[in-house]
Amino acid sequence: MPLTQADIDREIAAAHAAYAKRVADGAPVEHHPRRDYAPYRSSVLRHPKQPLVAIDTGQDPELVELHSPAFGERDLTEIDNDLTRQHTGEPIGERITVSGRLLDRHGRPVRGQLIEIWQANSAGRYAHRREQHDAPLDPNFTGVGRALTDAEGRYHFTTVQPGPYPWRNHVNAWRPAHIHFSVFGSAFTQRLVTQMYFPNDPLFRYDPILQSVTDDAARQRLVATYDHSLSVPEFSLGYHWDIVLDGPAATWTEEGR
Amino acid sequence: MTITDPSGPDQVPPTPSHTVGPFYGYALPFRGGEDIAPLGHPDTITVHGYVLDGDGDPLPDALIELWGPRPDGTVPHVDGSQRRDPATGGHLGRNGVEFTGWGRVQTDANGHWYARTLRPGARGRNAPYLSVCVFARGLLVHLFTRIYLPDDDAALAADPLLTRVGGRRDTLIASEEAGGAYRFDIRLQGEGETVFLEFE
Repeated sequence: MPLTQADIDREIAAAHAAYAKRVADGAPVEHHPRRDYAPYRSSVLRHPKQPLVAIDTGQDPELVELHSPAFGERDLTEIDNDLTRQHTGEPIGERITVSGRLLDRHGRPVRGQLIEIWQANSAGRYAHRREQHDAPLDPNFTGVGRALTDAEGRYHFTTVQPGPYPWRNHVNAWRPAHIHFSVFGSAFTQRLVTQMYFPNDPLFRYDPILQSVTDDAARQRLVATYDHSLSVPEFSLGYHWDIVLDGPAATWTEEGR
Repeated sequence: MTITDPSGPDQVPPTPSHTVGPFYGYALPFRGGEDIAPLGHPDTITVHGYVLDGDGDPLPDALIELWGPRPDGTVPHVDGSQRRDPATGGHLGRNGVEFTGWGRVQTDANGHWYARTLRPGARGRNAPYLSVCVFARGLLVHLFTRIYLPDDDAALAADPLLTRVGGRRDTLIASEEAGGAYRFDIRLQGEGETVFLEFE
């Protein structure tokens, strides 16, 4: 029997109900997905079954994980944050501006760190050889960008609105439109790879990847906000999305900085 | 100077993690990502291995990041891992001289990865290790582990993490091969499952 959306919907609902019960019984809020989340079928054989081993970073300031790799101006070109200018012509699609701040759990800006993004084109096709979705490639759009956060932790990208696309988790599975983000913090423990979504996408409830975040408030934090003040007249629509990094950072002066 | 108070209250809830998905391959890997050691450096080591799933099958679409200190144990804060070419928009890669300590490599179609980096030095009470972060399609939150090198039994015996994980410690220690390379397989699930870490 092929797996249907109704099957996945039932599994998603069951995982949400189980989470609600855990919280009602006093368990902590889960900000991140569980790696063991069967509605996303690819997770089944790719998550550890042993519990993770906790390392108390407060006990050891020498851990290399409390430091982060560094990135600088030579790791980018000037237009790396403008995905509409990387080819000779204009990409097809609705131009958008995506901007926000990179913060730690205390709300402090993370400065001078690398944000990398990648996305499908406006037709929902990635510029990846193994991507065989029957939608057109755009010769003027690759869909890769990079930025360094500024002194206030801000980043800024110009791109086109990515399209939703089908995938093979189950019959008639569609991913809501999203942009992939890869982010470094002030410590390697804060490393984050995630996806940013767009407001009011009707596909949200059907998508087991987004729904793997079972906490409603946490899931909302993956959705950007339309921000008219970021929209550029005659050019692009603006979306605001702040990124908050989890994980401990160094308590000591960073060496060599 | 970076000072934080980890004992303070969390004020801002974090952005949830998501999988890297299957299509990062044209975005995240970069030229020379796996060649972390400066060219010709005498302390260069090769580490390599497979990433395996719960059936023991290799992952052709995993992404590994390595992060480690210099041979003297100090941590580099040097940029330039993925220098870009302003003329073409392509990658120049590293400059061959500086050591950034960080690298990134995608598994190949056989699920194999390798990297050449500098032999990490010890820091504090810890035996020398490389920090590893694993990303993959199907992995909703990346996984941290460590590659310890097998050379110094006394240091390994005294390491705070290795002493805690009992019979699973061998999953964290690379094995030295005849040619001098170090083999380190990452088993995401099942028999011989690698010890994965969370930082608090």
